[in-house]
Amino acid sequence: MSTVDAALLERHGLKADEYARIVAALGREPSLTELGIFSVMWSEHCSYKSSRVHLRTLPTQGPRVLQGPGENAGAVDIGDGLAAVFKIESHNHPSFIEPYQGAATGVGGIIRDIFTMGARPVALMNSLRFGPMDGEHGARTRRIVEGVVAGIAGYGNSIGIPTVGGEIVFDEPYAGNPLVNVFCLGLAGADALVMGRAEGVGNPVYYVGAKTGRDGIHGATMASAEFDDKSAEKRPAVQVGDPFMEKLLLEACLELMKGDALIGVQDMGAAGLACATSEMGARSGSGIEIDVMHVPQRETGMTAYEIMLSESQERMLLVVKKGREPEVEEIFEKWDLHAAHVGVVTNDGLLRVKDHGKVVAEIPNTALVDEAPVYTRPMARPSYLDDVQQLDVASLPQPPVQDAFFRLLAAPTIASKRWVYRQYDHMVRTNSIVLAGMGAAVVRVKGTARALAMSVDGNGRYCFLDPFRGAMLAVAEAARNVACAGAQPIGATNCLNFGNPERPEIMWQFREAVRGIGEACRALDVPITGGNVSLYNETDGKAIYPTPVLGIVGLIEDASCAISRAFRGANDNVLLLGETFDELGGSEYLKTVHGLVKGQPPQLDMAKERALIELLGRAASAKLLHSAHDCSDGGIAVTLAECTFDAAGIGCEVDVPPAAARLDATLFSESASRVVVSAAQDQTDALLRLAKEAGVPARVIGQTGGTRLKIAVAGQPAIDCDVREAENRWSSALESFFQRQAS
Amino acid sequence: MPKIKFAVIVFPGSNCDHDAYHTAKHVLGHDTEFVWHKESSLKGADVVILPGGFSYGDYLRTGAIAQFSPVMKAVSAFAASGGPVLGICNGFQVLCEARLLPGALIRNKDLKFHCEHVRVRVEQTDTPFTLRAAKGQVLRIPIAHGEGNYFADPQTLEELEASRRVVLRYCDNDGQVTDRSNPNGSINGIAGICNEERNIVGLMPHPERACEATLGSEDGLVFFASVVACLASHGALTA
Repeated sequence: MSTVDAALLERHGLKADEYARIVAALGREPSLTELGIFSVMWSEHCSYKSSRVHLRTLPTQGPRVLQGPGENAGAVDIGDGLAAVFKIESHNHPSFIEPYQGAATGVGGIIRDIFTMGARPVALMNSLRFGPMDGEHGARTRRIVEGVVAGIAGYGNSIGIPTVGGEIVFDEPYAGNPLVNVFCLGLAGADALVMGRAEGVGNPVYYVGAKTGRDGIHGATMASAEFDDKSAEKRPAVQVGDPFMEKLLLEACLELMKGDALIGVQDMGAAGLACATSEMGARSGSGIEIDVMHVPQRETGMTAYEIMLSESQERMLLVVKKGREPEVEEIFEKWDLHAAHVGVVTNDGLLRVKDHGKVVAEIPNTALVDEAPVYTRPMARPSYLDDVQQLDVASLPQPPVQDAFFRLLAAPTIASKRWVYRQYDHMVRTNSIVLAGMGAAVVRVKGTARALAMSVDGNGRYCFLDPFRGAMLAVAEAARNVACAGAQPIGATNCLNFGNPERPEIMWQFREAVRGIGEACRALDVPITGGNVSLYNETDGKAIYPTPVLGIVGLIEDASCAISRAFRGANDNVLLLGETFDELGGSEYLKTVHGLVKGQPPQLDMAKERALIELLGRAASAKLLHSAHDCSDGGIAVTLAECTFDAAGIGCEVDVPPAAARLDATLFSESASRVVVSAAQDQTDALLRLAKEAGVPARVIGQTGGTRLKIAVAGQPAIDCDVREAENRWSSALESFFQRQAS
Repeated sequence: MPKIKFAVIVFPGSNCDHDAYHTAKHVLGHDTEFVWHKESSLKGADVVILPGGFSYGDYLRTGAIAQFSPVMKAVSAFAASGGPVLGICNGFQVLCEARLLPGALIRNKDLKFHCEHVRVRVEQTDTPFTLRAAKGQVLRIPIAHGEGNYFADPQTLEELEASRRVVLRYCDNDGQVTDRSNPNGSINGIAGICNEERNIVGLMPHPERACEATLGSEDGLVFFASVVACLASHGALTA
């Protein structure tokens, strides 16, 4: 068709050279429906065209890996014949435009990815980034926070999957572009994973779930563009979630998967029916033919173009064995769902779309999936780095450390997130044995002795200062967090949130971050089993901090060994594992107290990190630890305070070794590879012996007990306050922003 | 211990059905069966649990559509003959919508969902689900609801109080019922009630989430132990 002009291509987010490739792949000009299908399948969101060359460098193999990247989710073997199936995904752009529905449908999407694999979803987590809660955009940020949290709660609570943990950071670069990354974990039989395949010529293709409407058309293309002040006009591209429909789909699909009538299944998420059909076909080298007249439609007069590109939520595409149709239909009828027979598997490798029998699109599946463009985009080290990496701590005034400490406790990034997780049902399914807010989330695996620990972590400020080391630190922190719960890290998923990849500085940040993740994961033997890339996180030309978020899953062989961050009783020894160095670069202290984002992020020695993580696992298995808490945001002072919170008011008195001439540099340094643990007096020697064998520096720095938090540095008193006072500042800070707003 | 048979009713959208089943079957070791809402028989159950969740998505009013499920006829008949019925959270809401219990559960006062451990005080011990508890006993049990704010008109409320049908109230650590200890704005701090015959009990807190030490509390066990003791001493209450 000759009406394809520059304006039409621009509306489809396609470049002229990409159009030329489409014509070459088809051997002719595309129809409008075909152009639409290509545009969503070749969008950044679906094709990973800018990131793919870098993602290939990540370690994805390991003895426990049952499924690496490329399917709906990754899977690792957790023993007892079971697999943990998990993935993290972003829903950043929709959540800025429509916070409640954007976040809710993000949750719905990741849950579908998990049960599509044949796994029952048992835990959700999220990693969120917002702008500051006060100041110029404070009101808008609070509205976004309320909407996102309510959306996550609204979907997860209703469908009955606990939101067991997560992290939230507040910082300026996210004011115009919040991040909503959602993680889900499910359990499946290790030999019962279901794949998104369309095999067996003549097998019927079924469509199940919500009807198709005009919502979300070009959502994938939207997620591949920057924002500007017209973004609100894109609202029709955000979908509306229906957790009840998804609950029915989840139960019906899991019931169907118990039998052997199913060949393959895929959810219709980004790029909808176009993506589900072509990906299922491409994975199996087969073709799929559907007629859109059989697709249940919510609106009248929908074109094939609209039906193929719609991103209406809660829809699944299934391929089942020919002859088994009645039992499949019966299961869906039981759940009041209608399974529509929309097409058939063919042997020609084509996605053939008909509309009332007339062919409207005919595209090789491989052209859409495997032959999408791959770019090695230009990269350049950003010029800002030389300036921001310079930090002269000596020139900074030193405020009274206790004042600084109180300010840190009330900083929204550090303060208790109870206001948030109280809105999430984090206990349903009765598996949560370390509750939200108490460290890494720990979920027991019923029917076994085991439990899984999980943590999502990222530090955009570190990555802004040094994306390579910042990304390594994110891996290390997530792994250390699950180790603090007593787990061995066994698998990872990542969500890579960056700006516009067409800018060489952004692409450089991306490459460096992926390099950092790869190096850290290799050092810890933790494979990446999947994830998601979110680019174009910019508003009005200003990019977010480069923000890779790592989700790490750890295995606890004996669930009774799981521990949390909180002190368990008085008269335990408090120990510091690891060493504090004079490094305030990129710290929360510099940001909150001095308003500075400067310096180098903390140094990281992966051999030391690995030794520490292995030590924690061994010590927890031997039940030598009463609590363990990672030192990160706010340094050892905030870490010690958090050990006393939610611990029935048990205080501690410690004397920490000095790392620098200045008190603040010792107390608030965020040196990596450090953990504060508590242990019974009579088990401390055994713990110190284990640490020595592992080559991890360890020393007793004090004891638990009393009702005060007393921290000295080399004998010099630095912090001395009532635990209740500190806890009150920490626990009320976040809520107070909303109370101020209400009054 | 006598074998008691529990039925856990499953509506589309129930999501604490597995938790109630796990507690009755695996923690306590009783015969337990799911009963799908389209069924008309309770399969010979001795105790019926209406679990928590979001039946039919709760898009209309919580529990509003579930009351019309075929199984509710069987539940009503079972209750009318004296059988013990426990509605937890959404199950409580369904019982109110079905008029098996008076009053209604409306949006929490702060309009937000609350999931947290709370304290509740046992007010009455002459129901099949609380007879093993002590009057005034303070239990630590989680809540997880957005619409748990119990409301009844003044006359109904007076009748409830006069006939000692408030079974649980939200309280503080010391058992005092205060505004601060009330998580959702419930009138008179009401967390659970029973019917006139006292065999139907509705609770907003989730006892099935507090039956194992590893989950942080075993205070919910008393509800299950009570009904088992009740049936063991009397046979079915109908007998």
